[in-house]
Amino acid sequence: MADLGQRLSRRTVLKSGAAVAALGGVSAFIAACGGSTSTPAPTAAPTAAPTAGPTAAPTPVAAVTFGSNYSDDVPKKAMQAVVDAFTKKTGIPVTVNTVEHGKFQDSINAYLQGTPDDTYTWFAGYRMRFFAAQGLATDISDVWSTIGASYTDAFKTASTGDDGKQYFVPFYNYPWVVIYRKSVFAAKGYTVPATIADFTALGDKMKKDGLIPLAFGDKDGWPAMGTFDIINMRMNGYDFHIGLMAGKEKWTDPKVKAVFQKWADLLPYFDPQPLGKTWQDAAKDMIDSKAGMYFLGTFAGEQATDKTVHDDLDFFPFPSFGTAFDAEKAIDAPIDGFMVSAKAKNVDGAKAFAEFLASGEAQLVFLASSPNNVAAAKGVDTASYSPFQKKMAEIIGGAGKIAQFLDRDTNPAFAGANGMQGFLQTFLGNPTGDLDKFLSGIQAFYDTL
Amino acid sequence: MSEFAVTQPVSSTAPSASAGGAVLPTTPAKKRRRRKFSVLTRRDRLTLVFMVGVPAFIHIFLIWVPTVASIILSFTKWNGVGGIEKIQWIGLRNYEVLKDIYQPFWPAVQHNFIWLGTFLFIATPLGMLIAVILDRNLRGSRIYQSVLYMPVVLSLAIVGFIWQLIYAPGSGFINNFLDVVTGSTKWTTPGTAIDWLGNHDLNLWAVLVAASWRHVGYIMVLYLAGLKSVDNTLREAAAIDGANARQTFFRVIFPVLAPINVVILVVTVIESLRAFDIVYVINKGLNGLELLSVLITTNLLGEASLIGFGSSIAVVLLLISIGPIIFYLYRTMREQPE
Amino acid sequence: MTANATPVARAAAPVASPEKKKQSRHLGTHFFLTVICITWLFPLVWAVYTAFRPYSETGANPRGYFSVGGAYNFDNFLKAWKDAELFQHFLDTLIVAIPAIILILFFASMIAFAVSRYSFRFNIALLMLFTAGNLLPQQVVITPLYRMYLALPMVSPISDNGMWYDQFFGLIMIHLAFQLGFCTFVLSNYFKQVPREINEAAVVDGASVWRTYWSVLLPLARPALAALATLEFTWIYNDFFWGILLLTKGWKFPVTSALNNLSGQFFTDYNLLAAGSLIVALPTLIVYLVLQKQFVAGLTLGSTKG
Repeated sequence: MADLGQRLSRRTVLKSGAAVAALGGVSAFIAACGGSTSTPAPTAAPTAAPTAGPTAAPTPVAAVTFGSNYSDDVPKKAMQAVVDAFTKKTGIPVTVNTVEHGKFQDSINAYLQGTPDDTYTWFAGYRMRFFAAQGLATDISDVWSTIGASYTDAFKTASTGDDGKQYFVPFYNYPWVVIYRKSVFAAKGYTVPATIADFTALGDKMKKDGLIPLAFGDKDGWPAMGTFDIINMRMNGYDFHIGLMAGKEKWTDPKVKAVFQKWADLLPYFDPQPLGKTWQDAAKDMIDSKAGMYFLGTFAGEQATDKTVHDDLDFFPFPSFGTAFDAEKAIDAPIDGFMVSAKAKNVDGAKAFAEFLASGEAQLVFLASSPNNVAAAKGVDTASYSPFQKKMAEIIGGAGKIAQFLDRDTNPAFAGANGMQGFLQTFLGNPTGDLDKFLSGIQAFYDTL
Repeated sequence: MSEFAVTQPVSSTAPSASAGGAVLPTTPAKKRRRRKFSVLTRRDRLTLVFMVGVPAFIHIFLIWVPTVASIILSFTKWNGVGGIEKIQWIGLRNYEVLKDIYQPFWPAVQHNFIWLGTFLFIATPLGMLIAVILDRNLRGSRIYQSVLYMPVVLSLAIVGFIWQLIYAPGSGFINNFLDVVTGSTKWTTPGTAIDWLGNHDLNLWAVLVAASWRHVGYIMVLYLAGLKSVDNTLREAAAIDGANARQTFFRVIFPVLAPINVVILVVTVIESLRAFDIVYVINKGLNGLELLSVLITTNLLGEASLIGFGSSIAVVLLLISIGPIIFYLYRTMREQPE
Repeated sequence: MTANATPVARAAAPVASPEKKKQSRHLGTHFFLTVICITWLFPLVWAVYTAFRPYSETGANPRGYFSVGGAYNFDNFLKAWKDAELFQHFLDTLIVAIPAIILILFFASMIAFAVSRYSFRFNIALLMLFTAGNLLPQQVVITPLYRMYLALPMVSPISDNGMWYDQFFGLIMIHLAFQLGFCTFVLSNYFKQVPREINEAAVVDGASVWRTYWSVLLPLARPALAALATLEFTWIYNDFFWGILLLTKGWKFPVTSALNNLSGQFFTDYNLLAAGSLIVALPTLIVYLVLQKQFVAGLTLGSTKG
């Protein structure tokens, strides 16, 4: 700062030419940027050295710092229970830094380059690989040599970066399904629809009964992505969907247009005013029986804080479309988990924590307080699962293809508020607009990245 | 965010009022007897350099250096990870994308201008009108003034939250009121309620009502201060000449208040360009509420920042604001004693 | 619009209007103002009403928010206070606002003193720079500033992570940089009204520049400083933008920015949201109602006295 200050003051204050001043300031600024990033990240020693991390801890057991985005009531408490269990087991204290879910993602870039916590919550898939590729995550392949046996290959793949090393510990996942209240279905004599025709017929009945067939809230921009994903996978198959996400397929493809046309046909069954509601608002609509069903991740159950209401919740997979891809039973079942930051101070502690998080034991502690997800580790004792969770495990197990979610399967800059969030809201605001123009706009934006 | 604007009026009223004072015979022109720098001792001179230099450095370092950096970065591509070696120079590419491909851009520009127009033609005149009325020293004038000014002390973020209670789809006041009036029950006929914040044709106007709620009081207080500084002899003279109230205001008072009019104009313009908080708390500036200020932060935040691209939007905002700023500087500095 | 005649002009007019007519006109004006005031108060009143009612009676029932009756209590306020950890966030606000206000007034009064009492070659240039900087939309500088804050080093007691980013210190500095212009203007106008003789007497007594500033002029500026402190407190308290961009640790957010950082529950339970918003709004409302004079004085300082 002193050096920078001197340089700046000499150039900007003493010299009168504005241009000179400007250049001086900027070069100092850029130099400062370069300086910070060239700081070598503490590379983790893959060997399990018994000594403390790179910065010798003054106390015998150094605390692990943990950045958490579990900010909503239910998951926040559940995560605290996990942390307590870890500390009880290993004696390693954990300092939790909880940041609101959306805010956490907004500042993740600065967070990881600045002074991140040793370990932090994150998502599998492209979003994990992105940070691994930028050198912002610590390679935890050594942890995986211990925990590998407790995960299926699919989970290992989802935890592996572009360089073939593992950077992620899966904790739980959850399916995107159509959620409803059993009591409402029973009272009105509704049955679970298997095909899209059944589904729309049910929707018509619900409308007649004064219900919104499908609750929907897309104020935050991302919930609509789930709807796009499922229609695309049902109509065009998993491989096309993933290809589209990876940029191998074009948004201008007529197959994509067909998806939006189908979606527009289905929109009359959705809440007609989704853009002023958050997903929590929409979940409340379903929970308060204003809407008959809700297509969302099972985390929607978090909004049912009353246990009897939660027990009344049930769900089914999005209906089949009668295409060749029905057999795939593809779904979005995003995996949430943890990463160790590249700048972690207490790498050993963080890895110990990661290892603990990979155990069925830790995952069950979390799921006991937040029964809206299922454990990622295989062979977890599911006896303690609620029927809600058992069904989740069943649906995920029965799915032939599992996608993560639009914003986890594609370039984050494309999925964000600038890109797909805004595009999908535009579509929802004007579903009968010119689709060709709309789709070529999406493709043009993708191409700029 | 409104603070600066607020500040402006004040600061600007100061020099401007002195100009106004020159018009009025009652205010004697001040004689300047400022001491020359050169007669000071070395130590005193150093003290003065410190007194001016430190704050000036902080200001330049944290405001003007980043401003210039914004301009430079707008010609680059950088995702915010890594140092200068990762910054690519791409010339005018960001501006081309902005113009042709980036869909929120033109709506944002349009929304900023709608914001400006609403403030300029509705909120600001209403504030001025109320100020003129309150300047009559009616009974209870202070109470009216307090009530109308109250929203101004609230942050625009809080204003956003409070007005969501009015606009919210199911629970908001207006939709419930409409349901009662029309006798509908919103559960059975979804869609009769108006989607104030979700409908992209409506939400900007809904937000503008909330923003004006705050802006009117602000303008009122500024203008009232100006009116209070007007010498009463002017009004008396106008009355003697047989001018009616309207004539007195438009022909005598309004011209005398030229300096404060400038302040109010500039405050209105700058406030419109700075608008951010209220839109951000409502829906992060998506879906009909795009504003240039929000687009800049949208590109900065997130997993993959588009630093260069976001900077190009900042440059557009800078270019739009530079006009009023120069106009303001020109008006006030001209009046500033040398 | 004819109703706009000032009372002064009217009183001075040689032909006094008939008493009755005058009164009825005032009645119309009062009616107009009363309607506007009720409209203006309504959103706040509605928020208060909502905040006092439990969610179970409003949110979960048809037209619940529009109903009357049932329980009214402070539960939402207590829950908002506790769940949102508002005490911590109020503390954060004070940690930022108090040093910021002191520094702003200190630095602004120094510059104001220097430019109003001594002539520099670049007096005007300096004032122009400050004013322009003050008018700039914050978003113009945020992108590079954000990167600067991540890159600039800072020693340990001031910064717990070695950077300016995510630090109270960083927040204080940006408030300082942005607010300097305004306070400098107000104070330099204020100082210009102080008779030269006071200054000169000090110089004759052999006082240094610093002593003239610190012991002679600064005490004289106390009313102006008080008014500015009131205004600055409100503005810094109300800051939302810098807080959400330059901080990341959840517990550090000053209270206005913290409101946006609350758990999702706040956004489905509008009663809770209303209570939280009102708690956060309360301090500025109190400051305004108690120190209304300072407030208006701050805004009008210099303008009335020329």
